[in-house]
Amino acid sequence: MIPGSFAYHRPKSVQEAVSLLGSLGEDARTIAGGHSLIPMMKLRLASPAHLVDLAGISDLKGIREDGRDVVIGAMTTQHELIGSDLVAKKVPILRETSLLIADPQVRYVGTIGGNIANGDPGNDLPAVMMCLNAAYHVAGKSGERRIAAREFYQGAYFTALEPGEIVTAIRISAPAAGHGYAYEKLKRKVGDYATAAAAVVLTMSGGKVGSCSIGLTNVAETPLWAEDAAKMITGSALDAATIKKAVAAAEAITAPASDGRGPAAYRTKMAGVMLARALARAKTRAGA
Amino acid sequence: MAKSQISMTVNGKKVDELVEPRTLLVHFLREQLRLTGPHIGCDTSHCGACTVDLDGKSVKSCTMFAVQANGADIRTIEGMAAADGTLHVLQEAFREMHGLQCGFCTPGMITRAYRLLEENKSPTEEEIRLGISGNLCRCTGYQNIVKAIQYAAAKMSGVPFQEAAE
Repeated sequence: MIPGSFAYHRPKSVQEAVSLLGSLGEDARTIAGGHSLIPMMKLRLASPAHLVDLAGISDLKGIREDGRDVVIGAMTTQHELIGSDLVAKKVPILRETSLLIADPQVRYVGTIGGNIANGDPGNDLPAVMMCLNAAYHVAGKSGERRIAAREFYQGAYFTALEPGEIVTAIRISAPAAGHGYAYEKLKRKVGDYATAAAAVVLTMSGGKVGSCSIGLTNVAETPLWAEDAAKMITGSALDAATIKKAVAAAEAITAPASDGRGPAAYRTKMAGVMLARALARAKTRAGA
Repeated sequence: MAKSQISMTVNGKKVDELVEPRTLLVHFLREQLRLTGPHIGCDTSHCGACTVDLDGKSVKSCTMFAVQANGADIRTIEGMAAADGTLHVLQEAFREMHGLQCGFCTPGMITRAYRLLEENKSPTEEEIRLGISGNLCRCTGYQNIVKAIQYAAAKMSGVPFQEAAE
C-alpha cells in the first residue's frame, strides 16, 4: 500500500511549523510519530498535499517539572514516558496506560501529542488526560493558548484545535502524593484498541474517598469524563452499593458503536466492569 | 513530486539516495538498497516482519517514510552477522533452538530481540514475551523463539543456558 504524493517539510522550531501550516493551509497535515496518520495515508483515507514533520523541533521533546505540574513535550514518545522516573513517581497512571498502548515498536515512535491530539476515540491517553484534568498547550498563528483536556474532544477526530494549530505540550497537575490510580483496559489481544477501558485516580482519607476522578476510553465518539460517577464515589467508603450506583452512572453516559469488539450493550457493560476493577485497584494503591 | 535527498547509515555503510517523500522506509530498504531482509508482512504495522533497528529503537519500517529516517543509523538483519560470516549470537540461537519454521518473521524477530537484549541483559520469560509482542509468528507458537532469546541472553552474559523444565 503506497500513499499519495506529498511534499515533505521539516521545520526546526514551533514558530516555523506554525507559519508553514498557515501558508500551506488546509492541504497540510502535521505528522508526529505517524502511527495513526501513515496507516490512513496508506489506505488513502488521508491524502495531504503537504506533511509538516514535527520531529525536528527539539522544543517539543522532554519531560520536566514546573512547580506541582509535570509538563510533557508533545513529541515525547510512549517509550520515553514508560522510561521516565519523573512520570513513574508523579503520574504513574501514565506509565501504566502507556504500557497498554499498541506494542513495543509502536511505542518507540508513537508520541503523547499524536495520541491526544488526533481525536481518535480508540486512543488511550485522552481519557486519562480528562481524568487527570490535564491542559494542552497549543500554538497557532495568533499565539499560544491552553485548552483543558475536558473541553478538547468534540467528536471522533474532531477537537478544539483550530486549523493551523499544534499541541506543543501537555501540562498535568500531579495528583496528591499517596493517591491511588488504575487504568483497566479490556482488549482482544496485544496491540488492540480498547473494547472498553477506565481510568481512575483517587485519594483515601480515614477509610473514605477524599477525591475521585474517572475517565472512560472508546465507549463513545469521544473519551468521557464520568463526573457524576466520580461524585458518587467521593466521600464513600467504596462500599458495594456505592460502586454499583457509580458504575450505573458511568454506563449511562456511554454510547459505544457495535463493531468487531462487540455489540454496544456489551461494550457499555464492559466499561462498567473496567470501572469497578479500576476503583478496586486504585483503592489498594492509595495511602490512608 | 520532487525527490528528496537523504543520507543515513545502514548496516555501518553511509548511503546517499534520492527518494520520493512518500516512499516507505521498508520499500526504500528493499527496492532501492536491495536489502530484502525486512519483510512486508501485514503492511499495517501489526506483524513486525519489517522491524529494523533505528537509532537504538525497534521500528516497523512499513510505517515510516524514508525521509523521516534521514540522518538515522539503521541496522537490518543483513547487518547482524560479522563481516566474515560468523553468525550473531541471536542468529546462532534461533538456529540452535529451532526458533523458526518458515522463516518469514525471523528477520523482524531477531532485530527486535537484539534491541530487547540491549535494553535488558537478562529478561524474564514474561519480559521476552511482552518484548516481542509486536512480532507475529504463525508457525512456531513462540515457544522456541522465546527459548532462542533466552539462549542468546545467557550466551551474551557468559552463563550456561539451561532450558526450563517442560
